[in-house]
Amino acid sequence: MALPQLKQDTTEARLAGLTRPEGAGWLTSARAAAEARVRAMGLPGRRDEYWKYTRPDTLTAPVAPKAATFESGETPLFDAIDRLRVVFVDGVFSAEESDNIALEGIEIERLSDAAGRDIHWAKDLYGALETAGQDPVERPLAALNTGFATDGVVIRVTGRPIRPVNIVYLHRDDSSDAMLHHVIRVEEGASLTLLENGPAAARLNVVTEVDVADTGAFHHVRTMGRDHERRAATHIFGRLGREATFKSFTATMNGQLTRNECVLELIGDDAIAHVAGVCVGDGDFHHDDTVFITHDAVNCESRQVFKKVLRNGATGVFQGKILVKDGAQKTDGYQISQSLLLDEDSQFLAKPELEIYADDVACSHGSTSGAIDETALFYLRSRGVAQAEATDLLTLAFLAEAVEEIEDEALRDEIVNRLEHWLLRRRG
Amino acid sequence: MLEIKNLHVKLEEEDKVILKGVDLTVEAGKVHAIMGPNGSGKSTLSYVLSGKDGYEVTDGAATLEGEDVLEMEPEERAAAGIFLAFQYPVEIPGVGNMTFLRTAVNAQRKARGEEEISAADFLKLVREKAKSLKIDAEMLKRPVNVGFSGGEKKRNEILQMAVLEPKMCILDETDSGLDVDAMKLVAEGVNALRDEGRAFLVITHYQRLLDHIKPDVVHIMADGRIVKTGGPELALEVEQNGYAGILGEVA
Ligand SMILES: Nc1ncnc2c1ncn2[C@@H]1O[C@H](COP(=O)(O)OP(=O)(O)O)[C@@H](O)[C@H]1O
Ligand SMILES: [Mg+2]
Repeated sequence: MALPQLKQDTTEARLAGLTRPEGAGWLTSARAAAEARVRAMGLPGRRDEYWKYTRPDTLTAPVAPKAATFESGETPLFDAIDRLRVVFVDGVFSAEESDNIALEGIEIERLSDAAGRDIHWAKDLYGALETAGQDPVERPLAALNTGFATDGVVIRVTGRPIRPVNIVYLHRDDSSDAMLHHVIRVEEGASLTLLENGPAAARLNVVTEVDVADTGAFHHVRTMGRDHERRAATHIFGRLGREATFKSFTATMNGQLTRNECVLELIGDDAIAHVAGVCVGDGDFHHDDTVFITHDAVNCESRQVFKKVLRNGATGVFQGKILVKDGAQKTDGYQISQSLLLDEDSQFLAKPELEIYADDVACSHGSTSGAIDETALFYLRSRGVAQAEATDLLTLAFLAEAVEEIEDEALRDEIVNRLEHWLLRRRG
Repeated sequence: MLEIKNLHVKLEEEDKVILKGVDLTVEAGKVHAIMGPNGSGKSTLSYVLSGKDGYEVTDGAATLEGEDVLEMEPEERAAAGIFLAFQYPVEIPGVGNMTFLRTAVNAQRKARGEEEISAADFLKLVREKAKSLKIDAEMLKRPVNVGFSGGEKKRNEILQMAVLEPKMCILDETDSGLDVDAMKLVAEGVNALRDEGRAFLVITHYQRLLDHIKPDVVHIMADGRIVKTGGPELALEVEQNGYAGILGEVA
């Protein structure tokens, strides 16, 4: 079926500005196939149902809108944690700022290095999970990424490395347009913690494919930088084997536009997937969490916990779906999305969905949006806590359910600390 | 300590007058009790004194040690020394009881220009006060009042009072929903705080609590006014004859 003219024009205009990176045969064919898929589905447009609440035009435009760089002057996030840093500046790997990329228990390299090898374990994964994640809902920006990402990190986890891997994204050029693609394979019984932080670029498109084998564990904590004008479209595609664990948490402070998609498929029995996020937005801020979890095995658990604090006309979006396939009995699915609107100009748009084809399942979902609880506020003030401080305390309490999804206490404390400071900077 | 003169209060949203000229003076070191039928305006008085939204003072005044409290924000009143033990303590999911207490103590200290309490001193202080109220460490860790039984909530109010050491303690039906043992604990907590420099206003529907917290003065409130004032014997009279008897007498 031919694409509508406008969609076709948008797609061709974007593709015209991109060149396929060099690489070995396996990668070139995956990239060429992805490009063909992008042409067939077309880039997202305003009329697409899946983009009803978020305007995709700045994400699909041939040139990234400028975004001023921002120096917070704060110590880098996760600085207190012993970690392996892989640094990208405006999407370009920086050897000087990165640690020596080697860690016991994992094979780690840059995508551009893996690309030079004719035989590579990532051959069967690169673009594969992304392709699988295009059904039943198309995610054209992810396919675009598979076709044109210039670099990324490729990790095969065979053991239980003591240090987390931290991908650090620095933004120093106000018109940078970065596209990165990471591939992670957690082998049986292995375990990895991946940290990501930083704004990355004026516009970022990142895809992360994570394949967690039986009994493997993947923990992910991400923050997206404090730059006010940056834009980002991210996709995580995860596949979970038997008794595998996948836990991902994202904190977003500021940013003009963010669309975070997370697409997970539980294909082994007894797998556990938790996806959580908090975002705090003030003014020109639009944040969209789009999650799609497919249960295709028995006795699996999935949780989606998303909390948003919005003020001065900020917008939050949540589109979350749990799909329980025929035969995925004993599924335990939970989804909650809530927003705290600190004024009447801000808005929260939510579309929670359940689609269930098995009969012995327990799934629940809820979505709320509301203001600060006046009764609780008065209680705190009556104990001497000033209004602004009491409001912040209640705001953090609102976010707590999502933040508590981070298992590691040190990581959790770092995130809470950043949220506290974000609120503190906004005190009148 | 607390002086209330001709206080008239109506609801902000409706044309409903609740307090119709309350006069009351509570001296330092004294315990005053307010008794009265449901709906007579006792809770409203306590809310107006602590600064809750939704009420409009149309006439009269209330001062704490000569300072106009009605002009102050709720947090300023707290720092000035007013404390209300709520009839219905509020649950705050996500805020730990200890965090809440420490934030409150330090906020009040800051407002008074004092230094923050050290973490060690604070812990010691809370543990000591909690012990006598039979509040265990586990309860202190839980979110404020979440999952607490009625009695636990009331004990938690008294713990806050003990830790914050206010000058003017207002207790709104702290006895309601308590069994005898819990009520004794609460009364002991209050009695331990009795001091020359501190005053109490104990609001209660029943005389029961006043067996344990001996009041110096008892007021009867009805339809938004103090209709009768007397000594502890007034509470016994209520116990024996009910409010109907007394109200009939003053009518
Ligand atoms: N916020 C409010 N909205 C509506 N009515 C109220 C409100 N506060 C108090 N009232 C009314 O005012 C009267 C006094 O209530 P209250 O002060 O709670 O009495 P008490 O504590 O003596 O039982 C009652 O008729 C009650 O319904
Ligand atoms: Mg009452």
